[in-house]
Amino acid sequence: MYIPHTKTDKEEMLKTIGAASFEELVKQVPSKFLWPKLNLPEESLDEAQSAVRMAELANKNCRPLSFLGAGAYERYTPAAVKAITSRTEFLTAYTPYQPEASQGTLQAIYEFQSTVSALYGMDCANASMYDGASSFAEAVRAAVRVTGRKKIVYSAGVNPQYMDTLKTYFAHSPDYTYVKVPMKDGAMDKAALPGLLADAACLAVQTPNFLGLIENMDGVADLAKKAGALLVAAADPVSLGILAAPGEYGADFAVGEGQSLGLPLAYGGPYLGLFSCKKEHVRQMPGRIAGLTKDKDGRRGFVLTLQAREQHIRRDKAASNICSNEALCALAATVYSALYGPEGLKELAECNSGAAAYAAERLSAIKGCALKFRGPFFNEFVLSVPGNAAKLREKILANSGVDAGLPLTALYPELGEALLVCATETKTEADILKLEAAIKEAL
Amino acid sequence: MTCAPATDNRLSIEKSDPGRRGLWCKNPLRAKASVPAALRRKSPLRLPELSEFDVVRHFTRLSRLNFSVDTHFYPLGSCTMKYNPRFNEEAAALEGFAALHPFAHDTCAQGTLELLHDLSARLVELCGLDAITLQPAAGAHSEFTGLLLAKAYFEAKGEARNEIICPDSAHGTNPATASMMGFNTINITSRPDGRLDVEELKKHIGPRTAVLMLTVPNTLGIFESNIEAIAGAVHEAGALVYMDGANLNALIGMVKPGDLGIDLMHLNFHKTFSTPHGGGGPGAGAIVCRRHLAPFLPVPLVKKEGGKYISDFGDGRSIGKVKAFFGNTGVLVRAYAYMLAHSAAEFGDIARCAIINANYVRSLLMDIYPSYSKEYCMHECVLTPGEDMTSKGLRTLDVAKGLLDRGFHAPTIYFPTIVHEAIMIEPTETESKETLDEFVAAMKDIHAKGLAAPQSLKDAPHTMPVKRLDEVQAARQPNLKW
Repeated sequence: MYIPHTKTDKEEMLKTIGAASFEELVKQVPSKFLWPKLNLPEESLDEAQSAVRMAELANKNCRPLSFLGAGAYERYTPAAVKAITSRTEFLTAYTPYQPEASQGTLQAIYEFQSTVSALYGMDCANASMYDGASSFAEAVRAAVRVTGRKKIVYSAGVNPQYMDTLKTYFAHSPDYTYVKVPMKDGAMDKAALPGLLADAACLAVQTPNFLGLIENMDGVADLAKKAGALLVAAADPVSLGILAAPGEYGADFAVGEGQSLGLPLAYGGPYLGLFSCKKEHVRQMPGRIAGLTKDKDGRRGFVLTLQAREQHIRRDKAASNICSNEALCALAATVYSALYGPEGLKELAECNSGAAAYAAERLSAIKGCALKFRGPFFNEFVLSVPGNAAKLREKILANSGVDAGLPLTALYPELGEALLVCATETKTEADILKLEAAIKEAL
Repeated sequence: MTCAPATDNRLSIEKSDPGRRGLWCKNPLRAKASVPAALRRKSPLRLPELSEFDVVRHFTRLSRLNFSVDTHFYPLGSCTMKYNPRFNEEAAALEGFAALHPFAHDTCAQGTLELLHDLSARLVELCGLDAITLQPAAGAHSEFTGLLLAKAYFEAKGEARNEIICPDSAHGTNPATASMMGFNTINITSRPDGRLDVEELKKHIGPRTAVLMLTVPNTLGIFESNIEAIAGAVHEAGALVYMDGANLNALIGMVKPGDLGIDLMHLNFHKTFSTPHGGGGPGAGAIVCRRHLAPFLPVPLVKKEGGKYISDFGDGRSIGKVKAFFGNTGVLVRAYAYMLAHSAAEFGDIARCAIINANYVRSLLMDIYPSYSKEYCMHECVLTPGEDMTSKGLRTLDVAKGLLDRGFHAPTIYFPTIVHEAIMIEPTETESKETLDEFVAAMKDIHAKGLAAPQSLKDAPHTMPVKRLDEVQAARQPNLKW
């Protein structure tokens, strides 16, 4: 209970109001609806009891040495990031609709937009979306609005959950068609593109793709442009410390999952949708945007801007229905990026690449296991395994307390029995040797 | 209010000193990195180069330019800015919850699955409904999920219904969601007392109607006393009643929405269930619904089977996913901690004290700030500047800015749009009588000083880090990044 009112407070307040009883205040509610029986605990817990209950639940989750990735990446969250995001002036602030009382949040959002624009090499970014999947879906929606076309061409390496979310966003209309670009050795078969792109709203790609491979984007934007389609690119932000930025290869919209920038895994959320685009599409961006301006005395200040796109102004004509963003997660990502800086992010990306390369080297040498694809990868790769991949994972988990990776059979049956194995900068040589030994033991 | 040096308003990039670093990554495996030159980034990455201390000082300074619930009272109507218990934060930060990968095997996620299962059961009971999804990331995202459910439900029945009815007092997200889903929105004009006009509703309702979206209590803080007749008319036409749950704080523990004839509704955890707003998010949402809509809920759901909790992917009728992975689980852990702190009766106290607080403020202010509604309000009230103020050119915006100078966040203003110059006040149950008295005194002071020296109020705020900002320039020449 977090209510300050004593019995006397309530009585005094009712007296000031001029009501004989509380019931008089709620006369507008038909009395038969009032105070139903609630099948809930009759006693609440005190804080110490709650702490015991929460710890008990937290401890029921096990903590394997985990090589899971597939769109959510294990990172160390720096102490300085936690210190800043737990400052109550950020944590408990409201959406910055009153700019004079929200300059801290607004400037942080502006710096977040700048950070995302820099990482993705794009002209502008918004104040964030719910997660990578919703950013991806909104980018494709924007491409549909810009081109007036309803055919969506996407590479087979786009995160299947992103595609599921997109299809849910378009579920209201049967007019949308989806065309998958076939895969060649785990990457997009570029030779197939010219034949598929006619009348497409966009080509949606992801690199590194869901299977970890880095797509070679040379000439892809030109092919899209020739067909009058826009290029929507999804990319992991940490990978952009070393990999070509979407802006460099001509993306119109670039999106990503910002969890990768130091946010906890937290069983899937809250995460952080990164959304950026070329400046000609700025008015197609969904959600909140902070802009720099001046106050009456000519002093620098920040406001939410271009609000004519948004639901609270345009109602049914809005670019999107989105209202909440993930401001606190955006703050965390901004602080994380500022702490590492350009050199640090490059280093971080290289550590990811190195850890995964070492894991691939060790695991592919296990008898019966092999790298499924030859192409360059970033921090995860597909490992073919003998026998049933899901059963193998369960066996390793039970025997050794190691989660070897995500079985791909359900998502990509064409790959046969395989695991998607991820090693971020949190994995040491010893961790990888432990994984190797665990797999060997289970086989 | 702020002790930060006013002059140093540089961006982090303007404090950058080439060669400085805050963090390193020294994993020796870096030596194994191999990315072909052709795939590498060529353009420089324009991020600030700062020491850790530079970064901490920079963002700490920014934090001190903010109002927040912990530092200032936020009487924001429809936003329910209640206290965010510290314990919730501590619970969510437990490694067992925070480090759990969303693809973790169910056997590794038993604690979180049990939490989600128990949270679901309690929320379903509070709402008086049958089933729930915790997947939506926020309120608007929940509305989207809810309308998808409705769509799937009617499709399964072989009915083509493409109209959504909203009263003109609805939140902007209602019509925006409807249109995003390809529905036509029918707006119904409210009665003078702010309630939905049942006769008007009956004129528009028919075989094309899919859903009536209703906020209960409505955005004027008024309960829809005719809810039975309303729900009856909607059900008779074979349509569904959706409740926008933004104002659930007025009903929690006191009225079960399911008893009112609601078929499906959303929850905003960052409003009713005390999770922090974080400057605009992350929030979390939910859709709670009746049994007949349950087969269409997004997957996965959590099911208990033989003493174990498992992810349930349904029978194929689900609308699919509205978000990657599960919901905003980190926010849901906080909400669960909040549930533990309340018994059945204590939930009712939330509604009771929220309603007392709103009426207390209303009764003390309505002589000088006329109340739109002539009757008692529920958890929020809508006031307006009186003619004495408007005749001097003083507007709601001026009152809002005057409050900032007096150490209070502004109420929700110019909403609902059906009230001219609306000032929408929702104190929430966690504010004490003393705080409300101080707020009332500030509002009275604004009234008195505003009448005496109108220009000064029109120039407010005077004490904030910046004065009124040029929003026109911001929109005409967008400067959105460094």
